[in-house]
Amino acid sequence: MLDCCLDFSSLQNFLPIGLIENPRLQNLPKWKLVDEHDNLITDKELKECSGRVFVDSVPEFSFPETDLLDLTTVDVILLSNSASMFALPYITEYTGFKGTIYATEPSLQFGRLLMEELIEYCHHRVLKTETATKWKNRKYKKQLPSSLSHCWEKGLSSWRVCYNSEDLNKSLSKVQIVGYAEKVSVFGALNITASSSGFSLGSCNWKISSDFEKISYLSASSSLTTHPQQLNAKSLHNSDLLIFSGLTQVPNHNPDNMLAEFCSCLAKTVKAGGNVLVPCSPSGLLYDLLECLLSYMEQSNLINIPIYLISPSAKASLASSQIYSEWLHPNKQNKAYLPEPPFPHDELIHLGRLKVFSSVHDGLSSNFKKPCIVFAGHASLRFGDAVHFVELWSKSASNSFIFVEPSFSYLDALAPFQPITARVYHFPIDTRSNHQAASRLIDSLKPRLLVAPPSYLKAPINAPHRTDLKLVTECPITKLERNSVLNLNIKRTSEKVDLDPELASSLTPSEVKSGVLMAPLSAQVITRDNAHLLKPVYKRVAVGRKRKLHDEVIHRPLLSGKLCLTSFVDDLKQEGFSDVKIEDGSSGKIILLQDTVIQIDDGSTHIVCEGSESLRIKLRDLFLKNLTAI
Amino acid sequence: MPEIKIVPLGAGQDVGRSCIIVSLGGKNIMLDCGMHMGFNDERRFPYFGYITGGMSTLTEHIDCVIISHFHLDHCGALPYMSEMVGFEGPIYMTHPTKAICPILLEDYRKITVDRKGETDFFTSQMIKDCMKKVVAVNLHQTIHVDDELEIKAYYAGHVLGAAMFYMKVGSDSVLYTGDYNMTPDRHLGAAWVDKCRPSLLITESTYATTIRDSKRCRERDFLKKVHERIEDGGKVLIPVFALGRAQELCILLESYWDRMNLKVPIYFSTGLTNKATEYYKLFITWTNQKIKNTFVERNMFDFKHIKGFNRAYIENPGPMVVFATPGMLHGGLSLEIFKKWCTNEKNMIIMPGYCVAGTVGNKILSGMRKIELKPGQVVEIKMQVQYMSFSAHADAKGIMQLIRMCEPENVMLVHGEAVKMEFLASKINKELHLPCFKPANGETVTITTNPPITVDASMKLLSKHRQVAGTTPNPKRIKTIHGTVLIKGNSMQLMDQEEAMEELDIPKHELRFTSTVQVPNIHHTVATAELMQHLKKSLKSHNVSSTTDGSILIDSVLLRVQSSDDEEQKSVNVLVSWSLHDEDLGTNIMDLLKVGLPVRTS
Repeated sequence: MLDCCLDFSSLQNFLPIGLIENPRLQNLPKWKLVDEHDNLITDKELKECSGRVFVDSVPEFSFPETDLLDLTTVDVILLSNSASMFALPYITEYTGFKGTIYATEPSLQFGRLLMEELIEYCHHRVLKTETATKWKNRKYKKQLPSSLSHCWEKGLSSWRVCYNSEDLNKSLSKVQIVGYAEKVSVFGALNITASSSGFSLGSCNWKISSDFEKISYLSASSSLTTHPQQLNAKSLHNSDLLIFSGLTQVPNHNPDNMLAEFCSCLAKTVKAGGNVLVPCSPSGLLYDLLECLLSYMEQSNLINIPIYLISPSAKASLASSQIYSEWLHPNKQNKAYLPEPPFPHDELIHLGRLKVFSSVHDGLSSNFKKPCIVFAGHASLRFGDAVHFVELWSKSASNSFIFVEPSFSYLDALAPFQPITARVYHFPIDTRSNHQAASRLIDSLKPRLLVAPPSYLKAPINAPHRTDLKLVTECPITKLERNSVLNLNIKRTSEKVDLDPELASSLTPSEVKSGVLMAPLSAQVITRDNAHLLKPVYKRVAVGRKRKLHDEVIHRPLLSGKLCLTSFVDDLKQEGFSDVKIEDGSSGKIILLQDTVIQIDDGSTHIVCEGSESLRIKLRDLFLKNLTAI
Repeated sequence: MPEIKIVPLGAGQDVGRSCIIVSLGGKNIMLDCGMHMGFNDERRFPYFGYITGGMSTLTEHIDCVIISHFHLDHCGALPYMSEMVGFEGPIYMTHPTKAICPILLEDYRKITVDRKGETDFFTSQMIKDCMKKVVAVNLHQTIHVDDELEIKAYYAGHVLGAAMFYMKVGSDSVLYTGDYNMTPDRHLGAAWVDKCRPSLLITESTYATTIRDSKRCRERDFLKKVHERIEDGGKVLIPVFALGRAQELCILLESYWDRMNLKVPIYFSTGLTNKATEYYKLFITWTNQKIKNTFVERNMFDFKHIKGFNRAYIENPGPMVVFATPGMLHGGLSLEIFKKWCTNEKNMIIMPGYCVAGTVGNKILSGMRKIELKPGQVVEIKMQVQYMSFSAHADAKGIMQLIRMCEPENVMLVHGEAVKMEFLASKINKELHLPCFKPANGETVTITTNPPITVDASMKLLSKHRQVAGTTPNPKRIKTIHGTVLIKGNSMQLMDQEEAMEELDIPKHELRFTSTVQVPNIHHTVATAELMQHLKKSLKSHNVSSTTDGSILIDSVLLRVQSSDDEEQKSVNVLVSWSLHDEDLGTNIMDLLKVGLPVRTS
């Protein structure tokens, strides 16, 4: 299994949840569900806000579809980055999965922090504990507004609430750590190797190879210069198959421009005395944002404006970012040699410009100074401290909400808070490859076959004229359709096996064609971890005058060619067989010698004799002598 | 047959200036490039003239250099080797080693040039140029030095960033341990290596004869002695290397001071150490699990009780504990403090690690009480001298454990004393039945390997084998395959016989025998059943089954009892038919039948 992300798009149908009762949300108009007799089923589960209907419940996530696949048959899960493992606890703890999971150390560490944040938000920071279930009854599908009835097409039946810490810890304890360029053997049959994908700390692409075949998985990759180690696709060249996913979600937005606009827009707001909220995840992109923003603020003379970073994982995330210098871009890596921390956050915390809190209740209020900039989760605005700040600041036009995460629609995120007067900006920053970069990369990798989602191969639905926004490559492409099974025809023809040195030296090759030697080989196969070692087969024979017993390596002879009849008969006569008769048989010749019949056809010879072993052996040897390969 | 050749230029039956040259599959690799602390003349560096013959640079002789960790006896000669003797090839080491190594080299250079006034030593610029040739490696990363040579680093746990290196050309391989520790300590984890089955394991053997008591006891003992001295108003000097044991002992004392609420100052000679601790913070992924787990809340290397040392403090009255570099008292601050304090019996010096021959540290450890510190100036040592092994080296038990872990075909001992090696080598011979070498410096060891030959086997042949192996109910049966090896130029292919014939367009010829044998003492009406039973018993490693037309099939050999009209006859004729493939089985069955069935004793 290549990655196991969680689909967060289900969240947009839920109302935000928080630690305190929110009277605004409580007083929203109710949306009723009734049964066929017009009896009220529920009026508590669904509520309407600014023309949209939301589910008032503990939020649920859409789990990967598993109907096509029995997860107990999955042997290996490869995780590419910290954001592509959100579904892991569901899989390892609730499906009977028994395989091995591989990830790099930073991916695992940051993945853990992100999932811990999610658990904290969904389980510990909420008043609400009940899950709305009645609206999910298929009977009432027709009554639902289109936004909700549409959920049925998106796997509503598999939506589930967030896992808990125990699930997470158990699940992650099953992950095996790999490094870049580490060759990991899977049951001896396959080798897998991770290589840097340049997207986030520890993010990787995977090579899955046998002795002769190679499959590459190109996941979220970035060729831009940000904090992680650069993309290294060297090992993915000349694959039999390249599976590609992880294209940028916002191809229309250049990350550098977005970053510049982000900084200037942010500075404008705080200069005018407003506050800024940036809903975001506590790792990855944040490190680059902070670094850029801090230097921008220095240039704009705004160093007195405090920056708050609020997330249960914020502290651990910042600390962790400093200790993975091996996984960083060489620019940052070299700092560790000095020794200096790779990122400036420690110094900024020390200077008081950056303040880190685990939540709004973590002593923030006594320290809170406005105007300010707040980075807080969750980017979906359905839970976490960001919800608090949206409610707090949405009524003033001097405040700004800036959305940078590409995976969440900002309009959907804000829908349950409408109407709002604060200014809203959307500067999505997605460092993953865009269409041109990906096309170039794929062409340079020269795979024999490319497998990619169909959406990558045509212009976006919302911009059909943008024909530049599709993959254009020279290699043959197979579309990876949702819910379909692709049979990828990689025929294995050979495998490497080891010959024991004694066996190898016992071979007796003879030239059968010019430049081609051939030798029969018989061997015992010793298979360990799917690797084969061939050992000699011995036969005890007596040798020498003293008839000493001795083990001799034997090979089953290979008979080929034709019997030279005349010389065979001559030899028989020389050996004293006087009455050799040759007759024509139905398909070949028949030689008669007293009781013995030798039937000779083109491809076979049958010696029928009356029990005399010495005679049979003499005939056998004469026969072998006169059999000639062509 | 392929050979692996090894020559230690240093660390052969000795500790210091580790430098081992390995020739593996036509590649020459230099393992470590250290200096010797016991010498100040040309003997402090390995004799590179051995390789070059004094004629050329090392570049054409050595394919790559591998540095196991940052201790000077493993990397101290590196700038001399690369910049003064001349080497342009790659130098491999881990990230922490790459970070810390130049600092120690610079420190070493300063002591040698600035304090001792030596000229003709490597310069700061040379250290920088040398470090530019360094390629940093991650643990377990497979590095392809060139098309044939690959290397891989494993965690060694000796100091921060210490690694063992596995190198492989074709099917020959060498694992070099550098210095390692098999028991996790307060800040590092234990060495680990997978079952890589190297042709040769080159292991350090510093503590070849020691089996150390429990760590806990040693630590308690250490703390007790320190505590006694400071209670008594004495001063405690602990000579250490800036990085490594120093951090370990700092963590130990720090937590003891916390627990006992002690106020006596602990000092650490500054400069290097502050920096050193920064490295520990930044490379925390190389420390042990406990430190990794807690570093967000409290970084173990942020010490509360331990403060920087100032030379002026040497004369301060009252008790104190001082960590000072270098660890073997061969110069620098530790020696300076030692000279001042050694005449007072209230004071104590604790030597936490190994001291090479020739150093002051070694002298006082060997029990010398009168030492000539400067020519003509003999000092009587009155202070207490304690030796406590906190060196993070594997002891005899640990070395044996590592050998079992990686399952080598040969073992070589380096980085230890000859007598001790002797003991361990015989132990390895006896207990593990492995050949064990312990060459002296300049002595070449040649190991002949007998690796298997790799061929490309066709899936057709292998899947045929799998079917046979999979369906047979008899585990005793030898799983044999019969194929054909085709050799074209350099490529060797193993195929199914028919496949090979087809590929070469050669017609196959089958030879079959049918012979009649008279089996005595059996009645034809029960013959088939009884023969079947008999053959099943006698030929356990073969498949004996009956066919629908009443014949018996033993693998591919067919047996058929011929009917007889004579009711009274005491024997039957049996027709046996086999192909040349099963010649052995066929003749075997013929012999069996001639003898007949065993007479029943009922």
